[in-house]
Amino acid sequence: MPSEALLQVEGLTSHYGPIQALHGISLEVHPGELVAMVGANGAGKTTLLHTISNVHKASGGRVVFDGREITRSAPHKIVRSGICHIPEGRQVFAPLSVEDNLLLGGFTQRRDKAWMAEEMARIYALFPILQEKRRQAAGTLSGGQQQMLAMGRALLGRPKLLLLDEPSMGLAPLLVAEIFRVVRELNERGVTILLVEQNAKAALGIADRGYVLETGRVVLTADADTLLADEAVQKAYLGH
Amino acid sequence: MFDQILQFLLTGITVGSTYALVGLGFAIIYNASDVVNFSQGEFVMIGGMSAVALSAGDAGLPLWAAAIGAVLITTLVGMALQRFAIAPARGASVVTTIIITIGASIFLRGVALLVWGKDLFALPPFSGNTPIQIGNATVLPQNLWVMGGGVALVLGTQYFFNRTTLGKAILACSCNKTAAHLVGINVGVMLLLAYGIAAAIGAMAGILVAPITFTSYDTGVMLGLKGFSAAILGGMGNPMGAVAGGLLLGLIESLSAGLISSGYKDAIGFIILLLVLFFRPSGLFGKASVERV
Repeated sequence: MPSEALLQVEGLTSHYGPIQALHGISLEVHPGELVAMVGANGAGKTTLLHTISNVHKASGGRVVFDGREITRSAPHKIVRSGICHIPEGRQVFAPLSVEDNLLLGGFTQRRDKAWMAEEMARIYALFPILQEKRRQAAGTLSGGQQQMLAMGRALLGRPKLLLLDEPSMGLAPLLVAEIFRVVRELNERGVTILLVEQNAKAALGIADRGYVLETGRVVLTADADTLLADEAVQKAYLGH
Repeated sequence: MFDQILQFLLTGITVGSTYALVGLGFAIIYNASDVVNFSQGEFVMIGGMSAVALSAGDAGLPLWAAAIGAVLITTLVGMALQRFAIAPARGASVVTTIIITIGASIFLRGVALLVWGKDLFALPPFSGNTPIQIGNATVLPQNLWVMGGGVALVLGTQYFFNRTTLGKAILACSCNKTAAHLVGINVGVMLLLAYGIAAAIGAMAGILVAPITFTSYDTGVMLGLKGFSAAILGGMGNPMGAVAGGLLLGLIESLSAGLISSGYKDAIGFIILLLVLFFRPSGLFGKASVERV
């Protein structure tokens, strides 16, 4: 395994009231990796990402990012330290324009105007449809376009680590393929990615390594290829 | 007849500008946090009253300095309201939060009563009291201050929310709080800022209008109601709608006071508000929400 972990999660637990959603999750993401976390609906995938970003409080365990503990850092400080989170269901700022959504994605980088302009151009090159619709309210975009916007918005936060939650949700298969191609491309450009997905086949298909999450516990971890070939995984998640 | 109507229109625009500014304050806080802040009228009162207090007496500050001081005081009150009354109720329903703001308005009124008593106070007009002739109608210099100040504040607010990243970040907090957190916006600070701005605008309205309508510990009640009417008339959450609603309300009141009876002017204003809400519940300029899921 290459060098020190960029993200290290140790024994992370999380509750919704009396109900425990995460039962001591441990995982690592190394610089440059694309790691997939797969699991069924309700396994705790979204909660895990929310707890890493601290929009949902951890009840125990630690999150260490880039050598610093961030378990209890304020969410905006976590973004500033380089973790950008693309939430489930895109969560674009619906009444604001596409361009404003992107600008706000770069809220922590707003003083670096030159970089912002460059990155904005790169994102428009990556998703030309966003440039075409840059003056439209984000809420009027289709699901796939909103996913692209959510990704562009997160990239403007200058991520060292991208947390990507269920990008395939509600999208047609063709669009899913397109989104995953872009995810792969971003990773090849050097962005470290933790991808959380119910669509295990597509996610493991592009990932380096994978974790399988079941009812708030990591039950299996291996290289993505090994997981794809694993009988139990095939039965449970790949529909073989 | 024509001269008379011109006179009513001029008065209506002056009064309407005040309503517009109060309505603007409602719209700003609503836009940032979905809360209807019923203390907005009290911000107007605190602005006017503290300007009077700061400029009064021999040791008093010059008018401009008193005005700046009053705006700063009110801004701090607005921020304190957010920090100590609204923020602790994080996660409470909108109705609960609204009731908190009503409670806060009663509290602020009580404090003002204790500090300043029940008397009516006036600020001196900013630039004299010589009426200006427009056709056969007259207008006081202070009316022009109210209108001009109103235009400046509206344009400034518009610029802030449509052109600056900070302004857009405040709007983002109400569209989607989680997403705002996730792009690195400090949501707590943005809400504080929104209350500060709304309070400052309220204070400026209070200071501009204090030489004309006078001010007392309870001027905020009626002004708050009128500003609220302006905001829902225009469409809650649409700042320019609130401004238009305020002007419209001011004109309606002034015309009905002049042409029908001054005793009915408030009633007519509120009846029109009710009619608008019956037939266009989202207000005159309210946008139907656009969102695809």
